[in-house]
Amino acid sequence: MVSSRINWFKYASPYSFYPLAGKLVPWFSAAATICIVFGLYIGFFVAPTDAQQGEAYRIIFIHVPAAWMSMFLYLIMAFWAAMGLIFNTRLSGMMASALAPTGALFTFIALWTGALWGKPTWGTWWVWDARLTSELILLFLYFGFMALQAAIDDPRRADRAGAVLALVGAVNIPIIYFSVQWWNTLHQGASVSVTGAPTMAATMLAGMMVMAFGFWFYSFAAVLIRVRCIMLERERRNDWTAQYAERTQ
Amino acid sequence: MNWQSWSDFLTMGGYGLYVWGSYSVTLVLMVLEVALLLNRKRTARQQLRPGTAEAA
Repeated sequence: MVSSRINWFKYASPYSFYPLAGKLVPWFSAAATICIVFGLYIGFFVAPTDAQQGEAYRIIFIHVPAAWMSMFLYLIMAFWAAMGLIFNTRLSGMMASALAPTGALFTFIALWTGALWGKPTWGTWWVWDARLTSELILLFLYFGFMALQAAIDDPRRADRAGAVLALVGAVNIPIIYFSVQWWNTLHQGASVSVTGAPTMAATMLAGMMVMAFGFWFYSFAAVLIRVRCIMLERERRNDWTAQYAERTQ
Repeated sequence: MNWQSWSDFLTMGGYGLYVWGSYSVTLVLMVLEVALLLNRKRTARQQLRPGTAEAA
């Protein structure tokens, strides 16, 4: 008989999470490659030219998925930060540290592609409206988290300090998401919402969603590779890493 | 099909600079992240090997 109770704390230990993460990475990498190639195909060859914006709108296929990932990864980072503060598990801090660089990457991509989209459509690279400003603050939160952790030598203290910063900064996520409703922004409102029908052509939406899944799989592959590196670096002197080193000679 | 020729594809209806500027920077950053990660992984594994490990 298989016990119906799953011991969730089993995978909170680096010793058991390390091989699990290693098994998942190839699958996430393959799924990311397939989704991104297929998404780009839809984005450039299936989706029609936009009636108002011409071909400039094709930036949407990376801009929106990258912006989603920037917020989504921050929420997961804040979740692991909270888990670390509550349960004091070793894995939590490692996961939060592993998520930050990929989150910062997608935040930068969202800002960069947004600037290149804003110039031809709004006539300006940048404007200090609520959506753009709060997304820029998100980038600084990621950088601040990484700088704070890098400045503290003891990893466990670095984890706790980073976790507090990550949790306080989480208030920025709803501000980014709802900024286009709460304030009068130059940035347009959401094209896709949970409650209403999307306000875009089906093929454009399909390309965007497939790219979003591609970025999602990419992020998880990158984060799992990074968390494995962090485990090896931090637990260099533990028995399980030594045994691992012997097996993989 | 949206494009009549390669140059048509690269011009992007006059928005080539903006579209390809977005896609190229995204591609470069993602490839760079993967390269840095694989390099970090190799270094972390090398430091586990007996002999090359730093003195504890």
